[in-house]
Amino acid sequence: MTRRAWRPWGALAWFAGILFFLPVAWMVLTSLHSESDAATNPPSVLAPLTFSGYAEFFGADGGASPWPPLLNSVTASVGSTILVLLLAVPAAYALSIRPVQKWSDVLFFFLSTKMLPVVAGLLPIYLIAQYTGLLDNISFLVVLYTSMNLPIAVWLMRSFLAEIPREMLEAAALDGAGLITTLRRVVAPVAMPGIAATALICFIFSWNELLFARVLTGVVAGTAPVFLTGFVTSQGLFLAKMCAAATVVSLPVLVAGFAAQDKLVQGLSLGAVK
Amino acid sequence: MTTLATRPSPVTGPPAQPRGLSTAARWARRAPLLPALIFTIAVTQLPFVATLVISFLQWNSLAPENRGFAWLDNYLAVITDPNLRNSVLTTILLTASVVLVSLILGLGLALLLDNKFRGRGLVRTMLIAPFLVVPVAAALLWKHALYNPEYGLFNGILGIEMDWISEMPLIAVIASLVWQWTPFMMLILLAGLQSRPLDAVEAAAIDGASGWQVFRYLTLPHLRQYLELGGLLGSIYIVQNFDAVFTITSGGLDTANLPYTIYQTFYQAHDYGAASAAGVVVVIGSIAIATFALRAVSSLLKNEVTR
Repeated sequence: MTRRAWRPWGALAWFAGILFFLPVAWMVLTSLHSESDAATNPPSVLAPLTFSGYAEFFGADGGASPWPPLLNSVTASVGSTILVLLLAVPAAYALSIRPVQKWSDVLFFFLSTKMLPVVAGLLPIYLIAQYTGLLDNISFLVVLYTSMNLPIAVWLMRSFLAEIPREMLEAAALDGAGLITTLRRVVAPVAMPGIAATALICFIFSWNELLFARVLTGVVAGTAPVFLTGFVTSQGLFLAKMCAAATVVSLPVLVAGFAAQDKLVQGLSLGAVK
Repeated sequence: MTTLATRPSPVTGPPAQPRGLSTAARWARRAPLLPALIFTIAVTQLPFVATLVISFLQWNSLAPENRGFAWLDNYLAVITDPNLRNSVLTTILLTASVVLVSLILGLGLALLLDNKFRGRGLVRTMLIAPFLVVPVAAALLWKHALYNPEYGLFNGILGIEMDWISEMPLIAVIASLVWQWTPFMMLILLAGLQSRPLDAVEAAAIDGASGWQVFRYLTLPHLRQYLELGGLLGSIYIVQNFDAVFTITSGGLDTANLPYTIYQTFYQAHDYGAASAAGVVVVIGSIAIATFALRAVSSLLKNEVTR
């Protein structure tokens, strides 16, 4: 890594960056073309831009409205994220600040649940939903997504809480601060960015989920990913509209992910990478 | 470097549990943990137990009168069914190739981004984008906008007419997943590179070590943990991949992996017994991988605590 070597490396990095970004750029560009310009050979890069793909996606042209699935996705993702935090924050507290006995065994138990394939539990979950009348009900997805993200959240929150210097907690105790005061004045300020990152990751995983949603929902509770798989097969292929749909559905994740790049990687690696 | 623990449990004893806590105090400590623990056991473990029970039953929801105990028939069917054996192979092939290729590409990109150059932040942002596209949307994008033989971008750029998905179905799925997962590997490895102690690198440079020697004997050993972590997390998610297989090939052309095959056995063939037996087989395979994986993570935790 000498000084004269960095120029070609930078050019190579730029080349790789553009190469990896190309499909995303192509998705957005195609979504802004008319259907006839979108499906041409060779691709018409310079065709005039239009929002007709988005207008069609949002139902100006008849067809199923994307609003119910988008709202379902918001409900499932936000709802399960809130539930996850309510369960994970106290659990992480019990695993890091005032640890219970065998805390590492408990921690590994949480992680081990992520290593078992969800598909192996899918059938009983489907049957339970069927017998309890919760098939095609968004609250059932909220519960499932909570269980899907809870282990990750516990690990993350624990690693964030473990970063709080023990001296700070001891000092608070010496000053006579009670549990609530300590949590509010000492733990919360340090843990807040971690909680935010955890919430973001849970939101993304729930927003992206397809298998459970596909099997357990139907007309009423279908989420945005299910809607995406559905409208291609039912209406034939409209490339501009499809790209508009893919862009709209990906937008929340893209925006949130770009905004929190560093926290995202720390979170996705279970807090192991500092 | 890291020594693998034989058992994950005796990781450390950070703040030691004070002896002689009263029963009430001990329960007060456990209380915050219990809701999460009970919830996780109820929602993730009980279904597996149910799957295990159903796997010994003859149960096809299309033939409800023909229900009963099936001994090991479902397992025999799973082992002898060529479709299922194929999907086991496909799962291994798919997971191993996606993880390996995206790790290698991610390492290359991380090394590139570890240099200073103009617009580094922008390049980094562009490289992360594939990981942030919703998986189903990404699969649709690859299938229809990139791979399409008539108006897809790939043929448009290359000036050829090739039907990518039918000519190389598994590679088509793998390529789309590598595209999505390389940024993830890059991010983890980049974090690893940036935590590398620079004084050792400088000392090596003064001692006349070549760039390759620095990479081979300093950078790579330092990155080992991060490579393990990326490989482990990537494997966990890619073994379970459903979206890409479902969307790009619908499991056709020998691309059906285990999650897709089980989904099909239960959702389309309604053979609950066989689907459950297949599920149990997947779990056994996963336990084998997980035992190894947990050790790797255990070494990470050890480092964190003794840090």
